[in-house]
Amino acid sequence: MNKKDKISDSKADIIYPIFGFIGFFLVISFLVTLIIDILIDGYEKLVDPSFYVSYPSRFPEKAGILSGWVGTTLVMAGAIFWSLLIGIPAGIYLEEYATKRGIIGKIEHIIELNINNLAAVPAIIYGLLALGIFVYRFQLGESILTAGLTLAILMLPVIVVNTREAIRRIPRDIREGAYAVGATKWDTVRDHILPYSLGGILTGLIIAASRAIGETAPLVTIGALTFIAFLPPSPFVSEFPFLSPEKAWELFMSPFTVLPIQIFNWVSRPQAAFQINAAAAGFVLLILTVLMNALAYYFRQKVRRKYIW
Amino acid sequence: MLTFITRKKILDRFMLAVFFTAGFITIFITVGIVYVLLADSIKFFQEVSIKEFLTEKEWTPVFATKKFGIWPLISGTFLIAAIAMVVSIPLGILIAIYLSEYASVRVKEIAKPIIEFMEAIPTVVYGYFTLLFVTPILQSIVPDLEAFNSLAPGIVLGFMILPYTASMAEDSMKGVPQRIREASYALGATKLRTAVTIVIPAAISGIVAGFILGASRAIGETMVVAIAAGMYPNLTLDPREPIQTMTGYIVQVALGDLPYGSIEYLSIFAVGLALFIIAFIFNSIALWLRSRIREAY
Repeated sequence: MNKKDKISDSKADIIYPIFGFIGFFLVISFLVTLIIDILIDGYEKLVDPSFYVSYPSRFPEKAGILSGWVGTTLVMAGAIFWSLLIGIPAGIYLEEYATKRGIIGKIEHIIELNINNLAAVPAIIYGLLALGIFVYRFQLGESILTAGLTLAILMLPVIVVNTREAIRRIPRDIREGAYAVGATKWDTVRDHILPYSLGGILTGLIIAASRAIGETAPLVTIGALTFIAFLPPSPFVSEFPFLSPEKAWELFMSPFTVLPIQIFNWVSRPQAAFQINAAAAGFVLLILTVLMNALAYYFRQKVRRKYIW
Repeated sequence: MLTFITRKKILDRFMLAVFFTAGFITIFITVGIVYVLLADSIKFFQEVSIKEFLTEKEWTPVFATKKFGIWPLISGTFLIAAIAMVVSIPLGILIAIYLSEYASVRVKEIAKPIIEFMEAIPTVVYGYFTLLFVTPILQSIVPDLEAFNSLAPGIVLGFMILPYTASMAEDSMKGVPQRIREASYALGATKLRTAVTIVIPAAISGIVAGFILGASRAIGETMVVAIAAGMYPNLTLDPREPIQTMTGYIVQVALGDLPYGSIEYLSIFAVGLALFIIAFIFNSIALWLRSRIREAY
C-alpha cells in the first residue's frame, strides 16, 4: 500500500458513515413521506365519524368502512384460531418430540423443509390453493370461513418458526428436572414448556397477524366482494343457550369484504373522491399494523427480560 | 381399572399423536398447492397447447381471438423485479455496511426494526402511494412516463424488499467472526477496506441469498403491480409503458366473475404454476447458498 492510498483510505472511513447514514435516512424519509401522504389525502374522511359506521356506497361522500372492519375482525379471528390450532402443536412436535431417526425422522425432515419453503411461497399462490380446494372442491364458497383458513395458512410458517425459537430458548435443565420427578413428556410440555414459551409464541402470533391483516391478493383470488352493504348475521339469540348453531354457520358461510379489499376497490376507481376514502382506510390499516408491530417488539423485549436462564 | 401411571402414559402417547398429526398436516398444504396447480393446469393445456403457451408472444385471453403466450407476463414480472433490484441492491449494501461496520449499537437498535417494518406495511397501501404519489412525481422528471408504468412500482418494491437486501446482508456480515476483522485492522486496513475486501467476500453467500429472496418477493408481489403497473400484457423492456405481471393477471381475472372451469379460470392456474416454479427455483438457490454459510467457519 503506498502513501497516497493510505490517505484516501483513512478519509474513506470518515466519509463512508456519512453516506451510509444518508442511505438509512433515505429509507426513513420514504416511510415518513408515505405516512404523511396518506394522512393528508385521507384526513377529511379520517375525522368524519360516519366514515367508520357507514357501508360502502356509490357516492364517495357517503361511503364508509363498516363492513370492511367488521369483515377484517371476523376473518382475522378465524385465521388466528386455525393457525394456532396447527402451528403451536407442530412447533412443539418439531422441537420437543422429534426423534430424528428412521422413517419418522425422514418425515420430520420433510415437515421442517416444507415449513421453510411455505414461508417463501408468494401469497397469491395461497389464494389459488384456497380457490381450487376450499371454494370449489370443498364447496365452502366465497365465505368468511374460507378467508380465515386462507390467511391461517399464510400465518402458519411464522407461528411455527416463532414457537420453535421460543421453545429452544428454554434450557435443558428444566426438562431434566421435570423428568427426574416423574413427569411424562406431556406433563413437561404442559407445565413448563408451554408457559415459558408463551411470550415468544404470542410475539410470533402478533407479527403473523400484522402481515395477514393487510394481505389482499389471496382474498381477491378467492372472491372477496368489494361491495357489501350488510353485516354477517349475529350468532347470538335471545333464548337459551343464547348461541344458535345455525346462525353461527350462516355467519361462517356469509360473503365478506375486508379493509384491504375495500381500499383496492377505491384506489381502482377513476373518481378522485373515492381516493380520499382509500387513503383514509389505508391510514387506518397502517396504524393497525404499526400498533401490532410495536406490541410485538414490546413483548419481545419483555420476554427477554423475564426469563434469563 | 387403570393405574395413575398407566393413564398418564396413555395420555402421553395420545398427545404425541396429536402433535405429530399437526406437523404432518402442514405437508398437505404443499401437496394441496401442487395438486391444484397441476390439476387445473392440465385441463388448461388440453385446450391450449404447451407450445403455444411457451412460444406465442401475445397474451390476449379476453379478446375475441384468444392467444395464450405467457412471455408478456413473464417479461413484465421480471422487468419490475429487475428495477426493484437495481434500487435495492446498492441501497441495501450501503446500509448493511454502515450498520454492521460503523453504526453504534443504539443506531442499530433503532434502524433494524424500521427496515424490517418496510415489509410489514400492507402492500395495498404501497399500491396507493405508488399510483398517486410516486408516479406523478416521476412524471415530472421522466418524459413520456405513462400513468401506469413499471418504473414506479419497481422503485417502491425496491424499498419494500430492503428487509432482505439490507437487513439479511447485515445479518450475514455480522456473522463473520470478529477475529478476521481484527487481523485486517492489524495489517493497517481501514474499516471500509476491511468491509469491502474481507467481510463482504466472507459473507457473500448469505448476502446473495438475501438478494435472491428479495427478488423472489418482488416477483410474487401482487397488489403494488396490480394497482400501479397497469393491466396491459405488453412484451416490452421500456419501464415507462404499462405492463402486466403474472400476479397482476391472476388478480384481474379473479376480480371478474369467472365461471368455474372456463378457459379464463383455468388460465390463472397455469400462470400460477409458472409463478410457483419460478419462486421455487429462486428459493431453492437461496436455501442452498445459506446452507453454504454454515460450512465456511
